[in-house]
Amino acid sequence: MGGSGSRLSKELLVEYQDLTFLTKQEILLAHRRFCELLPQEHRSVEESLQARVSLEQILSLPELKANPFKERICRVFSTSPTRDSLSFEDFLDLLSVFSDTATPDIKSHYAFRIFDFDDDGTLNREDLSQLVNCLTGEGEDTRLSASEMKQLIDNVSNGAGLGWAGPGSRREGLGFGLKLSLSQILEESDIDRDGTINLSEFQHVISRSPDFASSFKIVL
Amino acid sequence: MSRSLAFVLNVPETPQDPEDSQEPSPYDESEVHDSFHQLIQEQSRWVAEEGLELQHRALGAGALGASGSDHQALLGPEGAPVYSTATLHILASMPSRTIGRSRGAIISQYYSRTVRLRRRAGRPQLRDVGRSARPSLRLYDLELDPAVLEEDEKQGLLVKELQGLTVAQRDHILRGMPLSLAEKRCLREESRPPRGKRRAQGRHGLLSCCSRLRDSCILGCFTHTVMYYGYYSNATLNQPCASPLDGCQCTPEAGGLPYNMPLAYLFTVGVAFFITCITLVYSMSRSFGESYRVGSTSGVHAITVFCSWDYKVTQKWASRLQHDNIRTQLKELLAEGQLRQRPRRACGRLQQAAVLGLVWLLCLGTTLVCALAVYTFSELVIQSRVSAERDGALLALPLVVCLLNLGAPYLFRVLAVLERHDSPVLEVYVAICRNLILKVVILGILCYHWLGRRVGTLKDQCWEDFVGQELYRLMVMDFIFTLLDTLLGELVWRLISEKRSQENGKPEFDIAGNVLELIYGQTLTWLGVLFSPLLPAMQIIKLLFLFYVKKTSLMANCQAPRRPWKASHMSTVFISLLCFPSFLGAAVFVCYAIWQVKPSNICGPFRTLDTMYEAGKVWVRHLEEAGPGVSWLPWIHRYLVESAFPIYLASALLLAVIYFNIQVVKGQRKVICLLKEQLSNEGEDKIFLINKLQRIYERKERSRVGRTEEAVMPPAVFTDDWDAQ
Repeated sequence: MGGSGSRLSKELLVEYQDLTFLTKQEILLAHRRFCELLPQEHRSVEESLQARVSLEQILSLPELKANPFKERICRVFSTSPTRDSLSFEDFLDLLSVFSDTATPDIKSHYAFRIFDFDDDGTLNREDLSQLVNCLTGEGEDTRLSASEMKQLIDNVSNGAGLGWAGPGSRREGLGFGLKLSLSQILEESDIDRDGTINLSEFQHVISRSPDFASSFKIVL
Repeated sequence: MSRSLAFVLNVPETPQDPEDSQEPSPYDESEVHDSFHQLIQEQSRWVAEEGLELQHRALGAGALGASGSDHQALLGPEGAPVYSTATLHILASMPSRTIGRSRGAIISQYYSRTVRLRRRAGRPQLRDVGRSARPSLRLYDLELDPAVLEEDEKQGLLVKELQGLTVAQRDHILRGMPLSLAEKRCLREESRPPRGKRRAQGRHGLLSCCSRLRDSCILGCFTHTVMYYGYYSNATLNQPCASPLDGCQCTPEAGGLPYNMPLAYLFTVGVAFFITCITLVYSMSRSFGESYRVGSTSGVHAITVFCSWDYKVTQKWASRLQHDNIRTQLKELLAEGQLRQRPRRACGRLQQAAVLGLVWLLCLGTTLVCALAVYTFSELVIQSRVSAERDGALLALPLVVCLLNLGAPYLFRVLAVLERHDSPVLEVYVAICRNLILKVVILGILCYHWLGRRVGTLKDQCWEDFVGQELYRLMVMDFIFTLLDTLLGELVWRLISEKRSQENGKPEFDIAGNVLELIYGQTLTWLGVLFSPLLPAMQIIKLLFLFYVKKTSLMANCQAPRRPWKASHMSTVFISLLCFPSFLGAAVFVCYAIWQVKPSNICGPFRTLDTMYEAGKVWVRHLEEAGPGVSWLPWIHRYLVESAFPIYLASALLLAVIYFNIQVVKGQRKVICLLKEQLSNEGEDKIFLINKLQRIYERKERSRVGRTEEAVMPPAVFTDDWDAQ
């Protein structure tokens, strides 16, 4: 690897390889990309290990730019008290969880934390509606209006979503449908019927999808 | 299954009844619940005294349980339950909510995992699972010590456990813990043994290597001598001059081992088929295990929302495409759900059934027509007495077969537009079924044509060579037509749709059709391996070439399939298709050719025998005469291969194993249902307790604001216990 004094020491490399799911090449590449985000004069090895990069800079990485969850990802992996900057080790943690060889267990754990927008340890209806909004797109025409979302989400029981063919259903289209799907989601995943999805329930849902591990990947 | 509840409870000692092996029923438990019961009674009395109205009915109270008025939450203006900050504080520290966030919870979870790893305990014992949906409180292990371990103590415990593991196991566990790198480094430092060992590197894609190796082995295990059956001699090569039994030339080569060609040919083919069979069955059982998981229900909405975003996407336009796809998927799912739930009128059902029946009839009719066409054409070819020299005319039959194989599926697709299925998965299955029937029928007719008719008409010639060549021609034709199909079907369609400037006009890549083509090609190879041992090498080259052509065409011309493609489920179906009609059919064909058909007299390694199988019998007779040393082989042959009893025994064993596995899966499904019910009942209990808690806090709030001389001893005891957690 081309080094202009920015090579990590062997012991550090071995330690990173032991504690993360990354290979040596991936770690070196990550270090190089991280150093590119730092200002020119701070790119030595020691400084790069201590420095912290702001959220905006990390979000400018091409691998994260197009991701609707990019902010949540950075916040989850950030270890600073204000959760708005990433150190090199946080960056390695991020890449390790999103790497090829990470276990589905750790991936689902972090996926849960990413989707938990209010950081309360469960996915409640607000988290889910925010999640669906992120998935369906950023434009105004694809998002739901606040009143539509609020109107129907509080129904979690079996009655919701079944046999509901109201007169305006087809015309409202997306709005009505997405609330319906939220009820469906809760009905399918919430085993203890408390209106929220906790980590175990989430991991249970994820375990049924064999394609999760291959889609939950970011490669530099 | 024991849980620890950390609050003080008076558990009276009840004498164990020796005959009573069942769990205590809830009706006997008034003593156990006594103290709890008392508290709730007091609270209800106070609330009733103050004349509070408890009867707020929630809208659609299903989730909160409808078994009593106490189960309903007080609703705020927006419809969501409004809890006081004290309640929220307690809720936030519930174990089910902290496991996702707090270090201490993660550490204790991994501590218990490490303990299990060290003690090699697998799944929890089934006998501890309560058999009813409301297991008794007595089954729980009530710890009377309310002290909760601090985080440092938990960490110390984890470190101690980690020290007891090997370096590789410790690293494996540390790598999989969802903590930050700094914390992991800390744990590692603390648990490092005095002498560090080197860790072996082993993290390669071993699995992908193995499967590739396996694939090439299946195709490439055969002897690579000349292509066709007729070349092989029927002599024993390098035979020492001692036994003039075979009447062959004596080549006095000192070091050469005798190589009995007929036997070698037979055994090579046999062993190759056997290995293929074992590999296929193993692969199929693995696939079954992965896709038909014990507790898997639909849950398609949740999976679509949680798992469908592909994080590898980096381009803006690709990400926009994904957004659109996901939105379309969700809309379609909801539309299907609504359609399914709407009660279908009898008239509509009848109409749909009629349309379905008609389309099936048309498809089967088309298949019949194709089969008749192939049959008459093959008879025509026989009657016109084409000899082997006029190769051009011999290509006619493969041409006709390939044209039919290409054209009929398009016709099926057009017909399938008429019928409207409820689920897209069913459509795919129906299409696969129809294509499969067509291909099986055509191949069946061809097999009859070769083994039934050609053997008769080519009496004095080498019919095996001819069959081998026919199969080779079929394979080459199939290859050419697939290339043409890729070109015309995908490239031209894309050009046409671009001209009409349709955004979504690109053709969808037909995964099912392509996989069926591959299976068909593989069937041809298996059919032909007996007559043309080099055919698998051709197949490998063809597959390599086809792969790159298809890949280029896919990237350039096609779009991804709209519907969510359940890859694992479909791959199970495809592997079963590969095993059952394809491999089994080829095996039956080869067995029939070996057992029943007379080999030709002028060519091949079996030219003097009545059937190919006789070579084995001749060898066994040789062995019997050879002496007592190898007498076990003829014995095996007589009692295991020739007689029918071992087959019956093997089938009976197989059936028993299958039945056993089915029963185990059924039992596990029942346990899962029971556990789900238990969980949902626990959830109801939780909500009940939360509401009671909420009411107590509200009472406390109100009494603090309003009255001051209330005797608040019992609520204080209660809340103190909760706060102590």
